[in-house]
Amino acid sequence: MNKPLVWMGQAVLYAALAAVILVFTRWPSYQNLPADSALIKLSISHQGKVLGDCVELTPEELAKLPPNMRAPVSCPRERSPLTVEIDVDGVLAYRQVAQPSGLSSDGAAVVYHRIEVPAGAHAIEVRMKDDARSEGFDYTRSETVTLAPAEILVVDFDAAERRIILL
Amino acid sequence: MSSGPVRAAWLRIEEIIDPLFPGGTNPMRNLGALACLMFAALLVSGIYLYIHFDTSTDGAWQSIKRLSDEQPWLGGWLRSMHRYAADLFVTFTLLHLLREWVLGHYSRFRAMTWLTGVPLLAFMYVSGIGGFWLNWDVLGQYAATASAELIDALPMLDGTLARNFLDSGAVSDRFFSLLVFIHLGVPLMLLFGLWFHLQRVTRPRILPPCALLLGQLVFLAAMALAWPVTSGAPADLDRVPVALALDWFVLHPLPLATALSAAVFWSLLAVLFGVLLAMPVFYARHTEPVAVVDADNCNGCRRCVDDCPYSAITLEAHPDGKPGKQIAVVAVERCASCGICAGACPSATPFRSVSELVNGIDMPQQSVDSLRRKLVDDLAHAETAPVVVFGCRHGIDVERNRSVDVLGYNLLCIGLLPPSFIEYALRGGAAGVVVCGCADASCEFRLGNQWTRERMLGTREPHLRRTVPPDRHRVVMLGRHEQGPLDAAIDSVRKNTSQGGNP
Repeated sequence: MNKPLVWMGQAVLYAALAAVILVFTRWPSYQNLPADSALIKLSISHQGKVLGDCVELTPEELAKLPPNMRAPVSCPRERSPLTVEIDVDGVLAYRQVAQPSGLSSDGAAVVYHRIEVPAGAHAIEVRMKDDARSEGFDYTRSETVTLAPAEILVVDFDAAERRIILL
Repeated sequence: MSSGPVRAAWLRIEEIIDPLFPGGTNPMRNLGALACLMFAALLVSGIYLYIHFDTSTDGAWQSIKRLSDEQPWLGGWLRSMHRYAADLFVTFTLLHLLREWVLGHYSRFRAMTWLTGVPLLAFMYVSGIGGFWLNWDVLGQYAATASAELIDALPMLDGTLARNFLDSGAVSDRFFSLLVFIHLGVPLMLLFGLWFHLQRVTRPRILPPCALLLGQLVFLAAMALAWPVTSGAPADLDRVPVALALDWFVLHPLPLATALSAAVFWSLLAVLFGVLLAMPVFYARHTEPVAVVDADNCNGCRRCVDDCPYSAITLEAHPDGKPGKQIAVVAVERCASCGICAGACPSATPFRSVSELVNGIDMPQQSVDSLRRKLVDDLAHAETAPVVVFGCRHGIDVERNRSVDVLGYNLLCIGLLPPSFIEYALRGGAAGVVVCGCADASCEFRLGNQWTRERMLGTREPHLRRTVPPDRHRVVMLGRHEQGPLDAAIDSVRKNTSQGGNP
């Protein structure tokens, strides 16, 4: 093949490659969230209450233990699962029972979920239970929020204040 | 997958493109090398970007924007090159994988190269997606949150990573520095993995031929100049980036995971990687006899060691016990059964006055002795002085050209041909000899064409003696369908003979 044809052929192929690169680095546009929608991010990482009470060991029980492990009180490590429910406009939008992490189930339980809602005002109620031995939910928060399009509302739990927070 | 219409179609496409990229510069035959070139471009441009990059949450976006605004001819240009090189790196790598898959280059002697290549895909995607995080614009925000949510779907993580991107105050400078180190560390792991990937390949083509290399770099530089990459709005974790101009080359796993659900995505990914890793086992091509060493005829000259394309031959102490004498030893699992070693062996000369030509290293399915016998027999029975054509069974079928005055021999690889066979054929009454390898850069065993050329030119041992008249033989490298140029080469040597050339 003569040189001009080779050059032309190469130019066409390079142009085609450029076109492919330019097109697919920008197009088609990806709709990450529907227009006029907002997002509620339910994200809670929290250690539930321990499942049992600490007990004092008897002298006989202590004697059976190696000398370096003779702590007078034995506390169970396993923690309660975390139950979280969220209602949006009076309808249950999500419910999860999260198990504690860790090999001994003594770590934090984590809930993470995205809920897409139309932008505007919404009545939100979040309920959380972190003690398997109690009746009903231990924490509740109800709020009416107004969400702008694309706005993110984060639902979290403040362990220091021990309350559900909306960010 | 190694045969059939898909393979034939792929090879046909490569042959169609061949004339546009002469001299072995066809990009379709250099995909791995092109991917390496783009990786090198990423490393070089990345060093400059890192020098100017502010590794804090607030400073990252501004520092990159400053590059584009204040030094568009260097910083902005390199930034754009960095992005386009990443797109091309992914493209070439995936095409490289696809090509090797379609051509069946994943089993036996190529198994280790295949298996060490598959994990590099994961490194590539982590490096690429991680690069978008650092820009920390809306696209980076999307990439970071979406990939964190995707990773969190794996067992044991359960949403802990995504909590780092909950709101504007959640991303600390220290955490952002960690993201930077991921984007630096994973490519270095990729580089290390690449070294493993090429361990079983002798003289790997890490970079494409000069013309293609220059063309690709000019192309990349021109793209970056003509269509500079710009940042989106700075990340705002209180708002969802809604409509995004996504870079689909690198970021396609994220929307795919959203569309399928993270669990389905990870399951499919596990299946895909499982299939890729299992390919060498379940789709192994039939095993051919491998090279065999004859201790009595091997003096450990090392030529076969140097010429083997897959490092399948080593030297060990010779069993005859003579001090310092060595013998070639073939690693069965690495041998490609190409016969290039047989062509390299000095004992492969057909002029040896032995009734059975036993080579130091030879192929049981196509021994040098069988080739000599066939040639002698054919020449003896030829009615007119024929043109002898040595070809490769992976290239154009030269045996199909057999006629009254043409003798064709398809070899395992053209590199199997000891150059002395040309002189032997001419002395035996051949009018001329044509040595026909595969198209440039398409040798099934990578180095057959190159070694053949160098042996014929006298720059590699064993070489063709200079006393052989150059007008009586031709070396051509042709695609499987280039019958015309082959006929022309045959006519050319025959014409030279009829004009009075002597062997």
